[in-house]
Parts: sequence; C-alpha cells; structure tokens
Amino acid sequence: MKTDELVTALSRHLEPVDRGLIRRTVGLAVAVAIIVAFSVMALWLGVRTDFVTAYAAAFLIAKLAFAVTVISIASVYLIRLSSPGGERGRPAFWAFVPFAATILLAAVSLGSAPSSHWNRMIVGDEWLECLLSIPVIAIVPFVVLVWAVRRAAPTNLVRAGAFTGLVAGGVSALAYALHCTDDSLPFIAVWYGGTILLCTIAGAVLGPRLLRW
Amino acid sequence: MTTPETELKALMLASQSGDAAAHRRLLERLSRHLRAYYKRKLASFGKGATEAEDLVQEALLAIHIQRHSYDPAELLTPWVHAIARYKLIDFLRRSRTSRADVPIDEADDIMANDDHVATENSYDIRRLIEKLPRNMQYAIGAVKLEGLSVAEAARRYRLSEPAIKVSIHRGLKALADLIAKEVKS
Repeated sequence: MKTDELVTALSRHLEPVDRGLIRRTVGLAVAVAIIVAFSVMALWLGVRTDFVTAYAAAFLIAKLAFAVTVISIASVYLIRLSSPGGERGRPAFWAFVPFAATILLAAVSLGSAPSSHWNRMIVGDEWLECLLSIPVIAIVPFVVLVWAVRRAAPTNLVRAGAFTGLVAGGVSALAYALHCTDDSLPFIAVWYGGTILLCTIAGAVLGPRLLRW
Repeated sequence: MTTPETELKALMLASQSGDAAAHRRLLERLSRHLRAYYKRKLASFGKGATEAEDLVQEALLAIHIQRHSYDPAELLTPWVHAIARYKLIDFLRRSRTSRADVPIDEADDIMANDDHVATENSYDIRRLIEKLPRNMQYAIGAVKLEGLSVAEAARRYRLSEPAIKVSIHRGLKALADLIAKEVKS
C-alpha cells in the first residue's frame, strides 16, 4: 500500500477523539494501584492497631501526607510524560520537593534530640521490614501503572519509567504507612525516601523495555 | 521562513474534532515533512528511500492512533517531532543498524523541509491487515479500505457499531505492532 493510499484509508470515517483519555487511564491506574497496595498490605502485614495514641496518630498522618504528596506530584508528571514530547522543557523539579522537605524536617528533628537517640530514630525497629516491604508491595501497582502508560505514547521511556516507579513506590509507601510502627521523621526520610528512590531507579531501568509502543 | 506550525495545528484541532478532510490534509502535509526528515536522518546510517518510506508510514499510523494525546495548549511541531524521532530510534534499534546514538535534533527539524516524492516501501500494509484477527480485519477492510460507513459494516458482519469502532481502533494498534515486527526481520 502506498503512503497516499494509507492516508486516504486512515481519513475515512474519522471519529472525534477523547482528549482526556490518557489522564483518565493513568488516573484510574493510580486508583487501582492504591487499592491493590492496601489489600496486599492488609493481608500480608496487617494494619497497626496502636494509632489511637496522639503520638502514633501524628506520625501516621505525617507518613500518609508524605506519600500522598509524592503520589500527587509524580502522577501529574507521569500523565504529561505519557504523551509524545511530554518530557520536553519540563525539569522534574517539583518531584524532589516532598523528599527535600522530609529530609529537612528529619534534620531539624535530629538536631533537637540528644545524639544518643539518633541511632534509634534513624534505624528504628523495623528498618529491614520497611526496606523489603515497600519495594515488594510496589510490584503489582507498578505493573498496573505500566499497563496504563503503555496504552499512551511516552517518547522518553527512561523518564516515563522512572515516574512510573516513583508513583508505584509512593503508592506502596502509602499502604505500608498503615502497618509501620516506627514513629520518627528521620526514619521516614531514610527508609520511606530511600525505598521510593529504589522503585524510581528500577522504573527507569525497566522503562525502555516495558513501555515500548 | 515561516514554519507550518499555525496551519498544521489548525488542521490537527479540526482532525481531533472528527473532520475527515482536515485529517487527510494534515496527514498529507505531515507525510512530506516526515519523508524529508527520515531521508536526511537515514542517509547517515546508509539507508535509503525505501526505509524512509517505511518509517513515514509507521509514523503516520502512530500519529493517527495517538492523535488524542496532542494537547491543544502546546505547540504541534514538538509533538510530531517526538513521535517521528521515537519511531526513528525504535527503527534503528530494531534493525540493529547502529549502536551509535542518534544525533540530537531540534523540534523544528521535522518541519524544515518537505518531500513529495513517495517511493515504494518494503512491507505491504494490505497484506499485514490479513494477518489480524478476523473482526479487526473485517472492520478495517470495510470501513477504512472499502469506505463503508460504520453502520454498513456493522450490518454486513452482524456486529454492533461500537464493536466495529473498537475493532478498528484495536486493529490499527495491532497493525502498528505487526509493522514493527516486519521491519525487524
């Protein structure tokens, strides 16, 4: 078939397009990812039962707020990156803000505590569980998000992959926060921030393979 | 030199709202820009007009399938360029022509020249359509190739109109995948 025949064929009986399709597809995937992550966390680890105390409730809210901010900002970038040329002229500055803010708050919190407490504040009780759980819970959400982004047309697959990993990591941290009983800002900065970063790197590495269209 | 941005963007907006004539003009104009772009880029990899035409068809199909992803708040040229360049890099990777990086180019490169001398390309889309699952084949054959309306195609194959539309949409995506496989081997 010659190119002008292809043009003719493609122009026959044209349907109007739905411009909001990518936004809705990625948005739906984020919602499904959150539901999946909560289910895995609840069945596998169980929800913490001690958040009735004000102290625990405050940290639960801090963790949830951090994760929700990461997810919201990263999802906006991911929607843009899912369209051709969406990576153009947009440094991902805002994606770093929740991490920088958490590190800053962690530093302030360490500064106001005696140095003998630092080890406990940073390492906590369950650092290993956190290190393993967030990436593991992120797997299925990541698959769901990859499915959505693949239906669109990202043209920078490394960056689109990184943001897919970032959203998946954020979603996983959101779910894990309901289980986690380590209540300190340095713990959130190091283990939540670090594992979400791991998910982001994994996404960037896998992006070129998984997101081709 | 004026860039075709304004004119092509107007065509794209009309095409997005379902104007078939505008869509046709848009694809015709873009095919010339794509041809000039690919001939120039492929020359440095020792590939000729046939491969360039392969890529023109791949890019046109991608532009058609993904036209909903164009945001009217943005310029059209970078959107077209992103697809054209993506398909070029994908082609070079598939055909293992070169490990070398594709030189960075500006979005305006895509509109810089046009070339209306279409050559034969290496695969035949008509033959590839025959490899699609039956419903997709019927829907694309009736509506896109024969020019029947969706309603007529639905009556002929005893399918619903939405089923025909979905089959066309999925079929074109599947066709794009088949082309990618074809060009690799």
